[in-house]
Amino acid sequence: MQYTHDEGMKVMKDMNIAFASGKGGTGKTTVAVNLAFFLAYSRQQVQYLDCDVEEPNGHIFLKPEVHTRTPAMVMVPVIDQDKCTHCGECSEKCQFNALVTLPSNVLLFPELCHGCGLCVSICPEEAISEGKREIGFIEKGKAIQDIDFVHGILNVGEPMAGPVIQEVKHQYRKEHIRVIDAPPGTSCPVVKTIHDADVVVMVTEPTPFGLHDLQIAVSVAQNLGKPIGVVINRQNGEFPPLVTYLLNNSLPVLMVLPEDIEIARCYSRGELIIKTLPLYIDQFMELAVNIGRLLGKKKGGR
Amino acid sequence: MTNIKEMVIISGKGGTGKTSLAGALSSLFQDRIIADCDVDAANLHLILQPEEVLQTKEFTGGKKAKIDPERCTKCGACKEACRYDAISENFVIDPFSCEGCGACYFLCPAKAVDFSPRLAGHYYICSISGNGRFVFAELLPGEDNSGKLVAAVRNEAREEAVKTGVNFILIDGPPGIGCPVISSITGTHLAVVVTEPTPSGIHDLKRIVELTHHFQVKTALVVNKWDIHPGYTREMKQYCAENDLIFLGQIPYETAITKAQKEAKTILDFAPECAASGAIREIYTKLHDILEEA
Repeated sequence: MQYTHDEGMKVMKDMNIAFASGKGGTGKTTVAVNLAFFLAYSRQQVQYLDCDVEEPNGHIFLKPEVHTRTPAMVMVPVIDQDKCTHCGECSEKCQFNALVTLPSNVLLFPELCHGCGLCVSICPEEAISEGKREIGFIEKGKAIQDIDFVHGILNVGEPMAGPVIQEVKHQYRKEHIRVIDAPPGTSCPVVKTIHDADVVVMVTEPTPFGLHDLQIAVSVAQNLGKPIGVVINRQNGEFPPLVTYLLNNSLPVLMVLPEDIEIARCYSRGELIIKTLPLYIDQFMELAVNIGRLLGKKKGGR
Repeated sequence: MTNIKEMVIISGKGGTGKTSLAGALSSLFQDRIIADCDVDAANLHLILQPEEVLQTKEFTGGKKAKIDPERCTKCGACKEACRYDAISENFVIDPFSCEGCGACYFLCPAKAVDFSPRLAGHYYICSISGNGRFVFAELLPGEDNSGKLVAAVRNEAREEAVKTGVNFILIDGPPGIGCPVISSITGTHLAVVVTEPTPSGIHDLKRIVELTHHFQVKTALVVNKWDIHPGYTREMKQYCAENDLIFLGQIPYETAITKAQKEAKTILDFAPECAASGAIREIYTKLHDILEEA
């Protein structure tokens, strides 16, 4: 079956395309920003959402003009010390050790609090209410090629990325192709990011490390029931164990980028590959078409 | 108190060469325990190739809730209590959205919620060649609480260090600046930040240094692939001078590093005479002196 470029684009509309990698530094952001640019250049409405809130980097390449900056808040308990009888109910039930009851006081460790509100509901004296605490912020703006840009930034010293990621995802715009940059790793922040993805693109490197991390990341995405495609970055001769793994798991290769010091230099200057090295445009077109094909399959159902 | 010196290699971002450097340094330091605290995607064992797993321990993370459909009366109290949208219309809990707060468990009038600890990963104490010990962990995919697992790995490494009487603990840290990183740097004698001379490298460096300063950990810098942008490398050196960081050294771009990775070897073993290997040996000498004095 032939699948044209335009049909691919149509299928991507209002979809979440998430880029994950298992590990940082595989080129996830590079691929995501270049694809976003390519799609926008092809006159699609594109939204780029950077969920790597610990170290967002997409802005370096997409150069957004930020027009709104809003705080990302989490709920925290506020204890009325007059009403509190230090019964210990709240600290005993708090699963995150965010509350400690002392003989004459209840201490709160705000960084540990997940804002679940359990303490408020169970306090027998109704001594706990809630306030908000800022743990990061969200910036929105217009990036090059009219890309709608959103990223979240976790304040340094804050352990919990989840609520900031959630806040980024509240900015989804309908009718756009949403390109989502996920954080590295395979634990909770990644799961939060790819949870509502329509397709997950895994960027990997043809090395034992790359393969090891890819396997873990793929198992997470599979557990979530996501269609998965793979981009091989820095290919420098084939790595047979990767080829075997992809074949055995029926994972399609969406694009291959070679190891090229010009790409590294381009990255080091904060430039988009497809603007500086136009010979790579074809690869990104192929990537777009292949993602469209994966989404088409998903839409078609089984 | 013992006099064991702990150093951690971090990067703000993955893929800057942290594990390659950790692997190389672990063959230079003789008198050490090595710990891989990148519990999300541990890789150091691929280079170190442990001889034998001496001990495997289970790591239980937080609890997760599960509704027993037999007992559930569909009253909706749990859904109302859950702030993470983890409970579906027909009262099934999505384990990936559940934060393990227990609100549903404590507030369910029918006592239909099971809330028990789950196995979240394993950690391993291994022997490596040269009579060394290596501790690493694997978090089960998608699991939470990696900060706690990092703490467990570090504890184990310390115990092993005391037992075997070594002087150094070398930690390969996780990427980022969040919970697992905080857990790997607190209380160490030195944090070595590995970075690349790129705009994102500079951006991430500033954030990670803010973090190490926040937790008052002495910090040193290694610039990897320094020659892909000498200008940024100079800027980073300058940044060190202005921010009370030790500039440890710079490693050139070297295609042999990718080749070494492909064969799961350290660059020192793969190409001992290359410029990158030389740079790492110099970094080691400096590092050793700094830790001795720490």
